[in-house]
Amino acid sequence: MADTLVKPAPVKKASAGKAWTRKRGPVTYLIRLVVVTYLFFLVAWPVYLVGQNTFKKGFDDLRAILTDPDIVHALHLSVEIAIISVIINTVFGVTISILLVRYRFPGKRFLNALLDVPLSVSPVVVGLSLVLVYGGRNGWFGPTLESWGLQIIFAEAGMVMATVFVALPLVIREVVPVLEEVGEEQEQAARSLGANAWQTFRRITLPSIKWGIIYGVVLSLARSLGEFGAVKIVSGNVLGLTRTAPLVVEEKYLNFDKGGAYATAFLLALVAVASIIVVSVLRPKEDR
Amino acid sequence: MTSATVDSGRPAGNRRPARSAVSGHPLTRVSGLGLGVAMLWFSLLVLIPLAAVIAVAGSEGWSGFWEAITAEQTLASIELTVFTSIGVTLVNVVMGTLIAWVLVRDRFFGKRVLEVLVDIPFALPTIVAGLVLLSLYGPNSPLGIDIANTRTAVFVAFLFVTLPFIVRTVQPVLAEIDQDVEEAAASLGASRFTIFWKVILPSLTPAITAGAALSFARGVSEYGSLVLLSGNLPMRTEVTSVRIFSSIENDHLENAAAVATVLLVISFAVIVILDVIQRRTVRRG
Repeated sequence: MADTLVKPAPVKKASAGKAWTRKRGPVTYLIRLVVVTYLFFLVAWPVYLVGQNTFKKGFDDLRAILTDPDIVHALHLSVEIAIISVIINTVFGVTISILLVRYRFPGKRFLNALLDVPLSVSPVVVGLSLVLVYGGRNGWFGPTLESWGLQIIFAEAGMVMATVFVALPLVIREVVPVLEEVGEEQEQAARSLGANAWQTFRRITLPSIKWGIIYGVVLSLARSLGEFGAVKIVSGNVLGLTRTAPLVVEEKYLNFDKGGAYATAFLLALVAVASIIVVSVLRPKEDR
Repeated sequence: MTSATVDSGRPAGNRRPARSAVSGHPLTRVSGLGLGVAMLWFSLLVLIPLAAVIAVAGSEGWSGFWEAITAEQTLASIELTVFTSIGVTLVNVVMGTLIAWVLVRDRFFGKRVLEVLVDIPFALPTIVAGLVLLSLYGPNSPLGIDIANTRTAVFVAFLFVTLPFIVRTVQPVLAEIDQDVEEAAASLGASRFTIFWKVILPSLTPAITAGAALSFARGVSEYGSLVLLSGNLPMRTEVTSVRIFSSIENDHLENAAAVATVLLVISFAVIVILDVIQRRTVRRG
């Protein structure tokens, strides 16, 4: 007991608090080593290898996929679906966030919990659930919609729905905390000065939640671009028509075109990593 | 022990605080319309399709449902998925907390890189995640470790995709802990281990539990990263999602829906657990 008492010897509270956290024992270095090693073997090295495998033959593999019209179509399709999905999720997400934070209505807590469902539902179940309702042959609404000339499953509409489903909570999860943080004094002030609801939203609310929306959009974009399981089920995976970039990766790999698989994966990984870096560079400016 | 608990003052992770559930304005005409449209879309996209899964699963009656989920191959896949997810979650509880600790308390050159590394599994397309792991732990591994088509591959794939969850729920709570309490404990002679065990850990427990629930749910529902990596060998490396997928491909939609219902029940259980933790944390904070 006596010798443990000697060790910390805090004199002044302010400096002592820092001293305790700054002081590095062997345990600190050990933990740091364990964490760095773990992340190196689980994430850093594998991701690096995909880049290395892509450029094994210089730019040949990348050039090959970028000149193949079917793959270019798949890349275009992925980007198009991702953009449409992100727009839908942003409008829906901002609306729901404002309703959840600023208004009260029956069933709000229930809705709040339900909105997280898509995060923990398997992509395969998402695909299945959409097929069961919108499938053209024996879905609940599918045959009726098809008799109106509206095909959803095995068409772009279903692929957008699947993508929207899996990325649904991302914008909401970013915007809600920001809305709660900023409070509504400014909105009330604006309203008391005669601004209508739309003006208040555009001039006051929107600028203050701007960063939350941007993070949400970037994360949703990354997620939407890479959705695999759900899209595989609802798209029918037809080359040149409904095959997206992540589906190309699988198909190329299984057909022993590893170069093509790695090159396509590299492009997708590039977007994902870029999104993460964008968010991590932007975020501290706002938070601290 | 409770007296040493530091209130984090924040709910676990970046989840929505439940306090907004009781405050707020009554709906106006515009916001009511907005809520109506949003709910219609949410129902068409999420609620009705998920209800369809459960309805189709029950269309063959209880015995049909039971038969579908207790088929030997299906049971094996559920067992593999659930036990692997539990194992992975236990690893994540330890590693996730350690990573969060390093990100908040340690300071060294290149720490920002770790921040990015932790988020990569979240943004990386799952099929790419599978390919990524295959390049280090597959047939052409520079390490000479080939785990492709084994149960270890399922474990590693789950570890990869669930990496961010506990880190990201623990990190904000750890950052808000008042270090004066630790300082006080240290000045009273507590060792570093005692401080961690008695002072820091109790206030992190809700966040760790919430992260663990998310990580478990993500593991159970994982599909994309296993397609290339695990070989999907029936009875050995086939996880539940893959099982559902092959039922869909073979047009056994009732079977697929029955197994999907099992996964949905697990997801809902996780959401309920999260909601309970969240409300308890808010009440205390």
